Amino acid sequence: MSELLLILVPLGAAVGAACWPNDRTRPWFLPVTGLVHALVAFGLLRWPPAAPFHAWLGYDPLARAVLPAVSLLFLACAAYGVPYLRLRAERPNRLFVASFLAGLGLLSAAHMARHLGVLWIAAEAVTLACVPLLHFNNTPRAFEATWKYLLVGGTGIALSLLGSFCLGYASLHGGGAGDLTFAALMAQGTGLSRPWVLIAWVLLVVGYGTKMGLAPMHTWKPDAYGEAPGIVGAMLAGGVTTVAFTAVLRVRAVVQAAGAGVVADRTLLAMGLFSMLVAALFLLSTRDFKRMLAYSSVEHMGILSLGAALGGPGLWAAFFHVWNNSLTKGALFLTAGNLRRAAGGRTLDEVRGLSLLTPRSAMLFVAGLFAVTACPPFGPFFSELLILRRALAAGPPWVAAAFLGCLLLAFLGLTRLVFAVVDGRPLKAARPVDPRCRETVAILLPPLGLLLLALGIGLATPEVLREAWTAALRQLAPTP
Amino acid sequence: MPLVIEAEWRVMTFVVATATVVMKGLVIPALLRRAMRTANIDRDLDPLIGYLPSLLLGAAGMIGAVAVAHRLPLLPEHHESLLVAGALASVFSGLLLLLGRAKAISQVCGYLILENGIYLFGLLLIHSTPLLVEGGILLDLTVAVFVIGIIVDRIQRAFDTLDTRKLTVLRE
Repeated sequence: MSELLLILVPLGAAVGAACWPNDRTRPWFLPVTGLVHALVAFGLLRWPPAAPFHAWLGYDPLARAVLPAVSLLFLACAAYGVPYLRLRAERPNRLFVASFLAGLGLLSAAHMARHLGVLWIAAEAVTLACVPLLHFNNTPRAFEATWKYLLVGGTGIALSLLGSFCLGYASLHGGGAGDLTFAALMAQGTGLSRPWVLIAWVLLVVGYGTKMGLAPMHTWKPDAYGEAPGIVGAMLAGGVTTVAFTAVLRVRAVVQAAGAGVVADRTLLAMGLFSMLVAALFLLSTRDFKRMLAYSSVEHMGILSLGAALGGPGLWAAFFHVWNNSLTKGALFLTAGNLRRAAGGRTLDEVRGLSLLTPRSAMLFVAGLFAVTACPPFGPFFSELLILRRALAAGPPWVAAAFLGCLLLAFLGLTRLVFAVVDGRPLKAARPVDPRCRETVAILLPPLGLLLLALGIGLATPEVLREAWTAALRQLAPTP
Repeated sequence: MPLVIEAEWRVMTFVVATATVVMKGLVIPALLRRAMRTANIDRDLDPLIGYLPSLLLGAAGMIGAVAVAHRLPLLPEHHESLLVAGALASVFSGLLLLLGRAKAISQVCGYLILENGIYLFGLLLIHSTPLLVEGGILLDLTVAVFVIGIIVDRIQRAFDTLDTRKLTVLRE
C-alpha cells in the first residue's frame, strides 16, 4: 500500500503548490516532497513489499531497480530549485513548481505501471507535464523548442498507443481474454499472434524510443535541452528517459516471451549503435555546451539500448548505467545552468575562460565531464566496462569495436568543447559576472552531491542495488 | 461509434459513447475554436504539399489502407467491418496533414485525425480494455489539445505568425 505514496505524495504536493499563495515560499514544496519520495523509495528498496500492490500498479523488481535513481535525482534538482527560483524571482513560479511535482508523481506511476494502458497514460501525462517546464524562460526560442518537443513527442506517443492496441489485438487474436497486464501477456507467451506482436514491437519501439531520444527520433532533444532551464534538462535527461527505457524493457519481455526475442534484440542493437554514432558525430561539431549535453544523452541512451540488446549481464549493466546516467547527467545539467547564467551565453563564440570567471562551477563541470565520458573511478566507467565485456563475450566482435569507436569519438567531442569554454581568458565583450549569480553553496552543493554519489556507486556498489538489479533481470527473463 | 459496432449494449458502452461525444464533439472543437479566434486565422492558404497532391495522396492512402486491412490476420468477427481500414486510412491522413501543412493549427488538426484513427483501432478491443484506459486516453487527448492550443497562442505572440516554417532559429 505504501507504494501508492510514491505517486500520491507528489501529486498532492502539486495541488498544494498550485493553491499556495506565496511565490517566495512555494519552492520549498520541492525539497520537502523530494525528501519524502526518496525516503519511501529507498525504504521500499531496502524492505521490498511482499507482493505487488495491484495487478496494474506495483513496486515490482523492475521499478525497484531504477525508480530510486530518479528519486535521488529529483531530490538534488529540488534542492537546487529553491535557490534557482529565487534567482529567477521575476518569473511567476506557480505553474513551474506544480508541473515539476506532478511530473515526479507521474514518473513514479509510469515506472510502477504493470498494465500496458496505464503505462501509456502515465507516459503521455509526463510528456504533457513537462511542457510548462520547457518554456519557463518565455523566450521565442523556448517556444520553438517546446513546439518541436510537442509535435515530435506527441507523434511518438500516438504511435506507442497504436502499438499498445496492436499488442492487445495480438493477445485477442491468439485467443486471450484481452488482459493487458504485462504478467498476463507474458504468461500467454507464444500464444500471442506473431505478426501482430511484430507490428506492435515496431510501433512501441518507435513511440517510446522517441521519448527516450534514440536516433533517428532524437531531433527534439537538442532544442528542448538547450532551451529549458538546467534543472528541467536534468529531470528530462535522467528521469523521463529512464521511464521510456523501462517501458521498452517491459514490452521487450513480452516480445521475448512470444518467441520474437531475437528480432527485438537485433532492433535494439541497431538503434543503440546508430544512436551512439549519430551522437558522437554531432558531438564533434556542436558549439553549444547545453546542446552538447543533449547529444551526450542520446549517446547514453544508445549505450542503454545496446546493453539491453546484449541481454543477461549486459542488461544488468544497463540497470547500473541507468543509475550512473541519472546521477552524472543531473550534475552536468545543474552545473551547465550555473555556468550559463554566470557567463551569459552558451556557445563557443560567446563563452571562454570560465575557470577564471566561475572557478568552482568550472571545476565541477570538468569533473562531470570525466564522469560522463566514463573515466575511472566514476560509476559510468564500471557499467560501460561491463557492457563491453558482455559485448566481447556474446556479440560479434564488430559490435564491441563500434561501441569503443563511438565512445572515443564522443570523448574527443566532449573534451574539445568543454576545455574550450573552460580554458583561456574571458572574452573582453563578456559582461562582468552578475552579482546575483555568485557561486553560492546552495547552487554548488546539489551537483556536487550527485557527482559524489556517481563516484561512490562506482567504487562500492551497494549490495542492495546489486540484488535489485538481479531481481529485475529475473523478472524480465523468467527462464534464464 | 461504439454503439454501432457492439452486438449487445451494456452500461459501459454507453458511458464510453457519451464521453466520446462530449469530448470529441464539444470540448475539443471549443478549445480549437478558441485558439483560432485568438490567433485570428481561418484557413491554411500556403501548404507545403498542395491541395491536389494532398487529395491524391489521401486517396492513394485510403486504397492502400483497404488493401492492407485485407491482408492483416484479423479475427473472423472483424473481417467484414471496415473498422481497420478506416483506422489505417485515418492514421495515414493524419500523418499527411502533420507533415504537409505549415500552420501550427493545421498540424494540430492532423494530430487529432491521427489520434482519432488510433482510437478507432482501439475500438476493436472495447470488449477487453476496461473503462479506465478508455477514459484516461480521452482525458489525455483533451489535455494535449489544450496544451497545444496555449503553445499555438504563444508562438503567435512571440513570432507574430503561426507559420512553423519560420521556426528555424534552432538548428545545427
